[in-house]
Amino acid sequence: MIQNRTIEILVGAFMAAGLVAFFFLAMQVSNLSASNNGEGYEVTARFDNIGSLKVRSPVTMAGVRIGRVSEIGFDRATYEALVKMRIEGQYNVIPEDSFAKIFTAGLLGEQYIGLDPGGSEKYLQAGSEISLTQSALVLEEIIGQFLFSKAEEGGTLEKAND
Amino acid sequence: MLNALAQLGRVGIGMLERLGRGHLLLLGILRGLPDLLPRPGLLIKQIYSVGVLSILIISVSGLFVGMVLGLQGYYILSQFGAEQTLGVMVAASLVRELGPVVAALLFAGRAGSALTAEIGLMKATEQLSGLEMMAVDPIRRVLTPRFFAGFISMPLLAALFSALGVLGGYFVGVGLLGVDDGAFWAQMQAKIDLYEDVFNGVIKSVVFGLVCSWIALFQGFDALPTSEGVSRATTRTVVHSSLAVLGLDFILTALMFGD
Amino acid sequence: MVESVDSQVPLVSIRGLRFSRGSRVIFDGVDIDIPRGKITAIMGPSGTGKTTLLKLIGGQLRPSAGTILVDGQDIHRLGNRDLYRLRMRMGMLFQSGALLTDIDVFENVAYPLREHTDLSPSMIRKLVLLKLEAVGLRGARELMPSELSGGMARRVALARAMVLDPMMIMYDEPFTGQDPISMGVLVELIRALNDASRLSSIIVSHDVQETAAIADLIYVISNGKVIESGGPEAMINSELAWTRQFMQGLADGPVPFHYPAAELADDLLGGTC
Repeated sequence: MIQNRTIEILVGAFMAAGLVAFFFLAMQVSNLSASNNGEGYEVTARFDNIGSLKVRSPVTMAGVRIGRVSEIGFDRATYEALVKMRIEGQYNVIPEDSFAKIFTAGLLGEQYIGLDPGGSEKYLQAGSEISLTQSALVLEEIIGQFLFSKAEEGGTLEKAND
Repeated sequence: MLNALAQLGRVGIGMLERLGRGHLLLLGILRGLPDLLPRPGLLIKQIYSVGVLSILIISVSGLFVGMVLGLQGYYILSQFGAEQTLGVMVAASLVRELGPVVAALLFAGRAGSALTAEIGLMKATEQLSGLEMMAVDPIRRVLTPRFFAGFISMPLLAALFSALGVLGGYFVGVGLLGVDDGAFWAQMQAKIDLYEDVFNGVIKSVVFGLVCSWIALFQGFDALPTSEGVSRATTRTVVHSSLAVLGLDFILTALMFGD
Repeated sequence: MVESVDSQVPLVSIRGLRFSRGSRVIFDGVDIDIPRGKITAIMGPSGTGKTTLLKLIGGQLRPSAGTILVDGQDIHRLGNRDLYRLRMRMGMLFQSGALLTDIDVFENVAYPLREHTDLSPSMIRKLVLLKLEAVGLRGARELMPSELSGGMARRVALARAMVLDPMMIMYDEPFTGQDPISMGVLVELIRALNDASRLSSIIVSHDVQETAAIADLIYVISNGKVIESGGPEAMINSELAWTRQFMQGLADGPVPFHYPAAELADDLLGGTC
């Protein structure tokens, strides 16, 4: 029957459209293409304070995302944060003495790790540890320091006025 | 006083009875699955009336919801200079929430009410009884295909809704308001997670599809076999489905995205 | 099929049937025997649960007490599978016809065959056309149920009920709401089908004349009990005032014209509400 055939074709088109939509959501909207967890290698870094860094926060170099934070732990012996990050396999020539800093994207944006390349001939590989790190800037501390130095300035001014 | 208490008790017992009947019906429907598998023709016919006929309303609504999100999101985000993250906002709200929820609400209104009316009318015109007397189980023959059609169609419809919504947001954000094309997609891809966001959204829509079809079929099957009974059942389908979708959405969201 | 059941034994035998809906008692100890090969009519005023009786015989409802034997089997003790197998041998004609509205006349009649048999399409076509011919609607096979008149829908439903060659057919109010011509057609059909295919028929109706014209045996029920039974002649000239009132359609009698109420004078003078 023709009627039946039309219905079958329309249902087929509907299912195809739905699957295309899924595919679109998976490939174009989400990070399936970039979240190939199996690939790449993992390195660790210790920070005094990671601020609001989270698992899956980006790891960048010169502003290009080269990996993601894969695990955040706490070292009970040294009271430091232990951050594991997975670097994509293609970026395998990162000097060992690179500098890992925690930055904030914009004023209120989320935090990410930025790597500054060092000069070493040796490269980071699976299991390496980045020893040079700089903690996150915590807003309250900065403001605290700012107020403190202002107060000191004021104090010296007052003395001079006396 | 005692009368009021008895009244309350009667209402409670009535509700429990309905709940029990509903679950028995669901069991009966699920038991019909082995009979359905060798006859995909029945299922295809129902996917047509439940799914294909809902495409138009779902696509148009998805597109417009995405466009509105693009517009509103832009005005708010641009105040913080964060228009670049428009894509994230549009996609996250669609994939996580609006896609499954609004698609399910539209589904309840479009397909659920139609299912209830159809089943209720079949009951009122004795077609279900007639099937029974022809030694055909109306639950397996009539309800099971419709249930699985809803179950299959809902996630597909929700995905269509979300995908078209993202495109709608893209047209408005990038096309009209001049957000950078690359930033729109790149930020979105960086922030939207396949498992965390997309798959959880799909799970939601699967649950909603199940609940909406179940409620619609039960209301139809349990309707009083009169025109008034059927119209009331249709109203109940839309009300109960919508409430169930919103309530379940909260529970599912809490389970999925709560730390 | 076990054919050992004696043809003297009634096809349907109802004993001590009780059934109530909520607090309303519909049947209170009903005994009915439906003989084989005959047309048995069950008559009574509207609301006495005649349709309910058919549903009880078909196993769609469960009695609160009593037994119903259909062809020697207690229909309410059968498992689902056996119940369905028995139902294949019972046809039922619903008041509305109960045709499936989303398929055409031909498919409606073919439906039980497609569901229950593995016959080839050409065989199904032949059987369906024969049954449609028997009810005079072979030319209407491509119409949808919504395009049929009430009488035609009932005839299609009759063809559908006949298509599996059942041992009995139950008619639920077959004459209600029909014009005189289709009423006459249905009366003829029921009689002819019953005699031609060695069927047993049960007619539930309150249309006295048509039913009395074709029934071999009439049971009159009221208030949950069988009032009287016998041949049509005997019923119309019954000794019992109630039966006579019903069969002859008298306005007043044991069933009062007035709904129970307070005295008219009291009601008119009271005026408190």
